Amino acid sequence: MMIEALIAVALVGALVTFVAPNRIAGKLAFVISLVPVAISLWMFAVFDGSGNALLDGTLAFESQMEWIQLGDYAITWFVGIDGISLPLVVLTTILVSLAIMSSWTPIDMRESQFYGLVLFIEANLIGVFVALDFFLWFIFWEAVLIPMYLLIGIWGGPRRKYAAIKFFVYTNVASLVMFGSFIALVFALGDGVSSFALPEITAAMLNGGPESFAGIGSGTLTSLVFVAMFLGFAVKVPVVPFHTWLPDAHVEAPTPASVLLAGVLLKMGTYALLRFNFTMFPDQVSQFVVPIAAIAVISVIYGAMLALAQTDLKRIVAYSSVSSMGYVILGLVAYTQFGIGGATFQMVSHGLISGLMFMAVGVIYNATHTRMVTDMSGMADKMPIAVGVLIAGAFGYMGLPLMSGFAAEYFIFFGAFGSEASTYMPLFTGLAMFGIVIVAGYLLFAMQRTLFGPFRLETDYEIRRAPLHDIAPMFVLLGLIIALGVAPELIFEMITDAVDPIVDLAEFGGDA
Amino acid sequence: MAVLEMPELTALAPPMILALTALVLFTYDSINPRSTNRPVIAGVAAVGSLASLAVAVWFILAGVGTPVAEGGNGVFDLFEGQLIVDQMALFFMIIVGVVTALVSIASYDYLRDHAYQAEYYSLVLLAATGMSTMAASNSLVTIFISLELASLPSFALVAILKSNRGSVEAGLKYFLIGALSSAIFVYGISLVYGATGHMQLDAIADNLGAAEEMNGLLGIGVLMLIGGFAYKTASVPFHFWAPEAYEGAPAPIAAFLSSASKAAGFVIAFRVFTTAFPLDVMQTLGIDWSLVFIVLAIVTMTVGNFAAATQNNVKRMLAYSSVGHAGYALIGLAGLTVDGGELVLGAAMMHLLVYGFMNTGAFLFVALAEYWGVGRTFEDYNGLSKQAPIACVALAVFMFSLAGIPPFGGFWSKYFLFTGALEAASANPWLLAVAAALVINSALSLYYYSRLVKAVWIEDPVLERESLSQPTGLYAAIVVAAVMTVLILPGFGPVADAAIGAAGAIIP
Repeated sequence: MMIEALIAVALVGALVTFVAPNRIAGKLAFVISLVPVAISLWMFAVFDGSGNALLDGTLAFESQMEWIQLGDYAITWFVGIDGISLPLVVLTTILVSLAIMSSWTPIDMRESQFYGLVLFIEANLIGVFVALDFFLWFIFWEAVLIPMYLLIGIWGGPRRKYAAIKFFVYTNVASLVMFGSFIALVFALGDGVSSFALPEITAAMLNGGPESFAGIGSGTLTSLVFVAMFLGFAVKVPVVPFHTWLPDAHVEAPTPASVLLAGVLLKMGTYALLRFNFTMFPDQVSQFVVPIAAIAVISVIYGAMLALAQTDLKRIVAYSSVSSMGYVILGLVAYTQFGIGGATFQMVSHGLISGLMFMAVGVIYNATHTRMVTDMSGMADKMPIAVGVLIAGAFGYMGLPLMSGFAAEYFIFFGAFGSEASTYMPLFTGLAMFGIVIVAGYLLFAMQRTLFGPFRLETDYEIRRAPLHDIAPMFVLLGLIIALGVAPELIFEMITDAVDPIVDLAEFGGDA
Repeated sequence: MAVLEMPELTALAPPMILALTALVLFTYDSINPRSTNRPVIAGVAAVGSLASLAVAVWFILAGVGTPVAEGGNGVFDLFEGQLIVDQMALFFMIIVGVVTALVSIASYDYLRDHAYQAEYYSLVLLAATGMSTMAASNSLVTIFISLELASLPSFALVAILKSNRGSVEAGLKYFLIGALSSAIFVYGISLVYGATGHMQLDAIADNLGAAEEMNGLLGIGVLMLIGGFAYKTASVPFHFWAPEAYEGAPAPIAAFLSSASKAAGFVIAFRVFTTAFPLDVMQTLGIDWSLVFIVLAIVTMTVGNFAAATQNNVKRMLAYSSVGHAGYALIGLAGLTVDGGELVLGAAMMHLLVYGFMNTGAFLFVALAEYWGVGRTFEDYNGLSKQAPIACVALAVFMFSLAGIPPFGGFWSKYFLFTGALEAASANPWLLAVAAALVINSALSLYYYSRLVKAVWIEDPVLERESLSQPTGLYAAIVVAAVMTVLILPGFGPVADAAIGAAGAIIP
């Protein structure tokens, strides 16, 4: 019942915070958010699951009960944790706590509503990573949208209305496409399944797959559903060319919402790709490996080039997420232990690093009220600590050894280079590696211009150092980034344990 | 399930409690005319409707109306089959009870400066009695009488703001179209009687064979009956009164009519077409009414949605949205096939129940806005969340639920309608078009529902407002409706079982 407790604390906390006075809402929400952190760390400590949740693995903290019987299908409350979901749950709880602390400075109106929505998002994000029934999962998945829409729309920047509605429409249409195609798939599976439980559907998919449905043949149907679901998740990830909502949403969102968007919401997309497309459809993956790998490489290179062209610090970080998510897709499509495992590791690592970067940019913005590279220079003199953390985060992004970004990218490249999914995989991997060069280019270039050199910024007030509660969350993140960089096996072992059953599905073995 | 020992007539307790409460209010009013003791009057109305609701819920839990074979108390058959209390009757009595209770509680504040207190509540309760009886009617005669019992007080209620031109105009329009459609309905009844020689629904079904030579007459009669239902449920082609009447009527009355009255219209449609005109027999006579409902469902939901998207007035938007939802509920009849269809019919019943909460709540929010006097258009609602965050959370719940987005009740019922239509598509491919229309319309409807959420939460107010009061009754009703819209999601299992069971019992 620990998972239920985790979600319930966040939900009840959201309600309590929502009606609390504005004055204390921030502190209250932070204290409440420490409870899920404690529970998830305890789960991490006593985790005893093994294998993959969808492939007959042993689940930790499993609980299942009947919810609704609809015709021939049962809908159940079915939650459980395996080695892929646990790191993401821990990432979510920690990042939410830190995001709450980092909003104490910038959020200065309607605080109780703001923090209530953040806790509400936390409950649903955890739900996405633990739900093992398609309906339950979809409800959590969709329920994330509404609070994020409001966070961007109410507390966002000047173009918040446009950004909020764009985010909502893009991701909601994508969800509808995905939902419709998956339901069609389940119906087409016919007598093979009697519930919407994902392990059962996975088993049915691997044992022959769907019959023909509504006049569409079995093979065509499976491929259609695979493509539709890939597109549905690709918007969420996002990959080029479905990425245009992301810079708008990230830039207009208030800092803590950007942290959650980049840190966790994007991982929903890659997590879902791994759970659905890359676990249930191994044959289709090998069929579509070249286009998917091409999309991944294009996202890496094009995302990085877009970042290179920006003059707004937040936009730079936002576009670099497109690039990083490209690596995740590349790792997934490699279909090797290190490829998929590295992709999962990168989800966690990127969550920490991008969270750190957005916080650091936010702290500088709080002091200067500008994010334009061209407006400022020499910030290091005025805010040495914040700038120091920003630089550390940027090096993590570039993949400096002993930081988690290096481990993640190394795993992915290692896994992708040795992949036998397609003979072109080494070529794609080689191309994607150029992304690192561009990342280093734009990050160093931007920092050199804003942080170093003589101080220059027109303000009519003195720029002060950031308060402790702005800096502390960044140090926690930095500590985690270094910890995972020094000892990736902290989570990589449980990840590979859950990834191995997926790799075994591929016809071209996964020796790399 | 415990089997209740009770006299037959007590099965009609839910409508009888409503009628009794109306009479109590009349008595009070004759003893103490022009009383404005609002707590007593509204309290009696609320207690009466809640009692009716409680009895109906208790009955359904105790197995009243459940066939004896399933361990229930059996179906109660009263006055030689003129009235029947089965699961479906109780299910709709619950919907009527819920909406009446919410409206009674909310009206307490809305009518604060109003002169006709007792009259208002007794008319509401009389109309509710009619609707509750419609749920149990099993003969064209009782259907017509209870329909009129529901309609006549409604005309007066729409026009009850006597000094408000809009209200009076709406009342007149509603009355004229109501009179016309009643005439059509009665004519339809007479043609069906002429063709089969019976009024009682089961007897009509038994004598359909005799109508073989007069199937043209019967067909026209059926078509006219459909016209009567279309009026009562605000479906195409008799939907155009709805925006006018809802806009002019006091907002709680608009909530009452668009939720309870619509549900009552659907229950008679469900009962008449499943009991009196079984699809298999009717198809041999060449009268395939399911095709009519397929067309009506698609057209109604599309017309309602597109019209709603172009409105600037919140109440009119909600009125057209209620037309759109009538189209969704019509899938319950469109999806019936010779093989059955309890899933799709049950889904329509669930949708009407969820709709009873979310739509009533949405109209009551409009009532709250009218109480505050903030205006009628989307712009007037801008930034209301700053003064009234709790009511605006409830509004967001209603809007996203109406759009069918998880995690709210509207998602389940729409999804069940969708699967029901897909299931029926194997017997009748036209249902694929219905399912597609449902999905496309739901996706489009998000546009205008989210517009209202955007107005209250994201936009800045055009004019600065003073802080707004928090009327207890209206707030309580809105919050209860919102909480139920959310809680019905985890609690959907029993609701689905009851609805599908009820639908299975009346499908031959």
